[in-house]
Amino acid sequence: MERVPILKIGDILLVSIQLDMSDQTAIQLQDDLAERIVATGTHGVIIDITALDIVDSFVGRMLSTIASISKVLDAETVVVGMRPAVAITLVELGLSLNGIRTALNVERGMELIAASRADEWDEADADEDAETTATP
Amino acid sequence: MALSAEQSGRLARLLTEHADRLTARWTEIVAGSLRGRLSQAELARQARELHRSIIDAGQHGLRDLADEHGGELRAVLAELSASRARQGFSATETAISVFALKDALLELMEQSRDADTLRDFVAYSALIDQMGLFTFESFVRTREGLIADQAEQLLELSTPVVKLWEGVVAVPLVGTLDSARAQVVMERLLQTLVDTGSPYAIIDITGVPAVDTQVAQHILKTVVAARLMGADCIISGIRPQIAQTIVALGIEFGDIATKASLADALRHVLRLTGVETATRRARRES
Repeated sequence: MERVPILKIGDILLVSIQLDMSDQTAIQLQDDLAERIVATGTHGVIIDITALDIVDSFVGRMLSTIASISKVLDAETVVVGMRPAVAITLVELGLSLNGIRTALNVERGMELIAASRADEWDEADADEDAETTATP
Repeated sequence: MALSAEQSGRLARLLTEHADRLTARWTEIVAGSLRGRLSQAELARQARELHRSIIDAGQHGLRDLADEHGGELRAVLAELSASRARQGFSATETAISVFALKDALLELMEQSRDADTLRDFVAYSALIDQMGLFTFESFVRTREGLIADQAEQLLELSTPVVKLWEGVVAVPLVGTLDSARAQVVMERLLQTLVDTGSPYAIIDITGVPAVDTQVAQHILKTVVAARLMGADCIISGIRPQIAQTIVALGIEFGDIATKASLADALRHVLRLTGVETATRRARRES
């Protein structure tokens, strides 16, 4: 059976989907990804769909599911590289990828994840500062 | 059925016998109608070409312009009318180029007075009418092609996507936005986003004379599609009157950022991206 490769770049997991997804490959990908997120303790997942000509409701649901799974495991999902034609079709069909962040390319996706991690750290720092000042 | 095989054979012979006289008279009539906008040499060449292809077709026993022997004749006629259409001649002027042959033939044939010649002439005349109609049709086809090409060019001209800043592109929309144009704008904008990797796009509608629900729908679709791809859109250039119309129509722009002018939109994007302008630094330092 075909499997979608999951690459680790720094503290980010990169999933590049380059084949037509079937039920089996989608489930396999979800399993693999969940395991890798836990194993590597990563906080960002980038799903690259540059190679996909067609994104239908099935792929859309798969992306949503992956995003939800990652969220539970404290990793942020960014879908990158959606083609214009795909975006137009999704809009015309009235499908929206709810709860999924998107970026133009992998580079922007990595920036997005880095930025949101930085925000979280800032907030955490601020919370810590508040605590230390509250209890001298 | 325009004419019998014998008649078309006779036509070919007649044309061959009086070749020079016919083409000369033909060229003369056409030149008179075109009033010197095409050179005599060019006209004579066209007349000779047409003349030769009619003879060819006649020798093969042409019975109707639409049958298999008329292929070359049709091609010559199509080429003639296409060149006329491209050079900007009117439909009448193009048709005369073919109908002139009828006058030339009549002058040739009216000398003999027998009934057969008359019958022949009526048949030839029917053939020439067919040729004229065919020419007219190709003329219209060429013109329609020209119009379609121009419409396409106009569409390309009217939807430029410009780069305003590093990572910021803008689409200044000018003119009425219909479905076809909205589609082109959307495709062009999204493609530019991918090509340049710009995460921000500004849609400026200063030049759009009226915004109705349909136009708003098109703009909203573009914004949503851009978002799906991971880029943010800002709408700018909403004139007071259009703002009133939008509210009156109950169009919801939701959480899409709208700005009054392109400058405001650019400033908004620069603030989001963290670019510091001189005025802001001055304000902060003071």
